Order: sequence, then structure tokens, then C-alpha cells
Amino acid sequence: MPTYFEKKQLVTPGELLAEGDYLAGNNTYAEDNKIYAQRIGLADLDNKKVNVVALRSFYFPKVGDVVIGTVLEVGFSGWTVDIKAPYTALLRASDVLSRPFKPQNDELSQVLNGGDLIVAKIASYDRAHDPQLTVGEPGLGKITRGQIIKVTPSKIPRVIGRKGSMISMIKQETGCQIILGLNGVILVTGKNPEDEELAMSAIQKIEEESHTSGLTDRITHFLKEEKTKREENKNE
Amino acid sequence: MNEKPEKLINKKGLRLDGRKPDELRPVKIEVGILSNADGSAYIEHGKNKILAAAFGPREMHPKHLSLPDRMVLRCRYHMAPFSVEERKSPAPSRREIELSKVIRESLEPSVFVEYYPRTGVDIFIEVLQADGGTRCASITAASLALADAGIPMRDLVVACAAGKVDDTVVLDLFDTEDKVGSADVPLALMPNLNAVTLLQMDGILKPEEFEKAVNLAIEGCQKIYALQKEALKTKYMLIEQEEEVEE
Repeated sequence: MPTYFEKKQLVTPGELLAEGDYLAGNNTYAEDNKIYAQRIGLADLDNKKVNVVALRSFYFPKVGDVVIGTVLEVGFSGWTVDIKAPYTALLRASDVLSRPFKPQNDELSQVLNGGDLIVAKIASYDRAHDPQLTVGEPGLGKITRGQIIKVTPSKIPRVIGRKGSMISMIKQETGCQIILGLNGVILVTGKNPEDEELAMSAIQKIEEESHTSGLTDRITHFLKEEKTKREENKNE
Repeated sequence: MNEKPEKLINKKGLRLDGRKPDELRPVKIEVGILSNADGSAYIEHGKNKILAAAFGPREMHPKHLSLPDRMVLRCRYHMAPFSVEERKSPAPSRREIELSKVIRESLEPSVFVEYYPRTGVDIFIEVLQADGGTRCASITAASLALADAGIPMRDLVVACAAGKVDDTVVLDLFDTEDKVGSADVPLALMPNLNAVTLLQMDGILKPEEFEKAVNLAIEGCQKIYALQKEALKTKYMLIEQEEEVEE
């Protein structure tokens, strides 16, 4: 039962990773008792499970994910929303209005119009149907202020950090509210645009250096440095 | 260049471009060079210069072409008007339409199409300069573009041709050999699974010559596969190196 890779080795699709009594984990597949990689990424062995951390992937909807989307079109009884996935999502009018929807009373484009940004949760999705969104929970709904930054969806876990250490640190240092869409869209809302810029530059730095370790410390340092620089500029 | 050379293989047993019968042309591959595409690759195979770009998976347009149980692969092989000696009309020719289909079918078995129902992936292949064997080079590049787009695959697909010129079985025919020679056998392979996804023959070969040509083409595929893998890794190598330094 050998494995054919070292920890964190770069593997390409189709590369033979292990043979025998192993389980196929993320981004791998099993055939004839052999485990192969599906995507380019870094291979890792977790107990008997062979995983590949993909370096290239795209967002795929999952029930319960919080995403940030753009309203594409106002329909008869709801909206279509672009969530940067292979499918466009649907948001039903009755879900937003939280009462029965009557076409004669309600004008949907007054609630949400094309181009509006929303924070929503994926309520249902399966192979046969497009994902349905819901905004019926606290913190979800139309975005009225703040700034948007887009990152590769596979890097969202890095922005969150171990047990949320990274994201809470950025929130604390910049005084901004940050909402992470698992589809790679991030909303930053602060008291003033400067705070938002600061948080966004930190997130951008995380995306660029996401593969290196000791990142949280470096980002903390970066934020503190930037803050003192800005204060000096103000005093001048 | 238009007159036919009398002999394609000289007394020393070398070909018109100085190669031995079982020698490949120089191959250079680069991955991820188009920022607007989800995945892309560029290949220089001898004098062939080919760009491949992949988009998706995304919603199919027109919608009625999507399938309820799997992803649809679409492929366009196109030769630039300046890619050949005499200007080629930019409109898709009969040959280009056929090659688009052939390339699509050779890539399809490598992709997990059943993972993403009702979606589509588009592959665009642009031949900037052609010198024989463009279908094989296109398959090699298109497969890399798919991998670069992050689409789950069983294996990379790599292709290479063999054929017969002047009664000798040779590897990787270039334009003149292809036109004057007596047979051409393009072959696409998934090297790790040892599965052939494309096998064509144009011309006449004896059964034993055909077998020899297929084996030669597989050998050629293995050599190009090493370069293909290397090219894909090179783009991400930096990441790996930095990680090693940090730890």
C-alpha cells in the first residue's frame, strides 16, 4: 500500500497518488484501487484519506453557504442573481417581502433592481434545479453601503484564518465590518472610506501571499504600519 | 517550397529537417498566459504555434443545448488567415469543423462531465502558425487549458502523430512529410490510465507498419507528456518554493 507523494507535493491531474487501502478525498478519485489527482494542487494524507488542496478551482453552490451576488433581472415573481457559480441563482419575492406576494400590490423593481448587490444564503440546490437563495435571516439582504473586493473562492479559508483568527484580527484593527461570501466576494463596511481601503489592502495582501505561513502575524504588522503611516500623513 | 522533394529521407537515414525517424520536433509549452480566459495554454511544436483558451463551467447559451445530466464540452478549432503559406479564409472550413469535433471527442473522456449538469465549457483553439500535426498539438494545449481552468480531470490528454514516408515509419510528421508521405496516424493518449482517446489514420499502411506507427506515437506522447506536466507545474512552482522557504 504505497503512496507516491511527499507531503504538500505539487501534483497534476491524473497523477497516481496512492495504491491499495486508501480513501479518495477532496479533488481526487479512485479507480481500480488506485487514487489519482483530479486537479492541480498540493497533495496531503489525512489518516487513510488522500486530499489535494486545489490551486485552481471555481465556486460551486452548497446549501447553507453565505454568498454575495448581483441582481441580474427582475422577473414576475422574483429575481435572478449572479453568484459567480456555474448556475444563476433565484430569489423569490415572497422570501424578501416576508408576506404573500401579490403582483397587483407589489412592484418588485422597487425592492431590488438590476445591479443591486445582496448578501444571501443558499436555501436549496440540487443537480436538477438552480440554486435558490434566501434573505430571511439576520445579516442578509440588500447591501446599501461598503465596498466589494473579489478573491479566488479557494482562498476564502485563508482570509478566515485558523478558527477565524485572521478575519477577527482585521476587523479589530480596522474597525470594519466584513462579510465573506463563500463565492469569493467580500463586503467591507467601515465608518469611513479610509478604514475600508485599509481592510481591502490587507485582504488583497492575503490573496497574494495566501500560500505562505506565518501570514496572520505579517498582516497584523502590515496593518499597524499602514495605520501609523496614515496618522503621520494626517498630522502633517 | 511548392515543388515536391524526390526523397524525404536521405542516405544517412535523416529526414528533410535533419531529424532521425524516431525524433520529435522541439516542443515548448506555457500555461496561463491569457488573463481574460479561465484557463489557457500556448504550445510551440516545431513550427506550429497554437493558443488554447478554456471558459467555464458556465451556463449554456443557447440554453436548449445544455444536458440535464452532464456538462457539455464545446470546442472551436480555428486557423488564423496568416497561419499557412497561402491566405486561408477566416470562415470555418469543412476541415476545421471536423477537427473541432475530433478534438472535443478526444478531450471529453478526460473530463468529469457528470459533476456539473446543465453547464457548458468552451474551448477555443487558435492556430497562429501551422506546420503539420496541428490537431495533436491543439489537443495537448487544450487539455492544459482545461486543467488551468480548474476543471476536474481524470488525466491530462497528450497527442502525437506517427506515419510513413519513403517506406520508413517515422514520428511526428511535419507539413511536407504529411503531404508527400504515404500515411499519417495521429494518436491521443491519457498516459496515466494508458487509454487512447483518439486514433486516426490517413493513407495506407500494412498491419505490422500500423502497429509500429502506433507504438512510436505512444512513445512520442510519453515524451510530450513529461513536458506538458512540467509546463503546468512551472506556473505553480513558485508557490511551492516559497512555501518550502517559509517552513
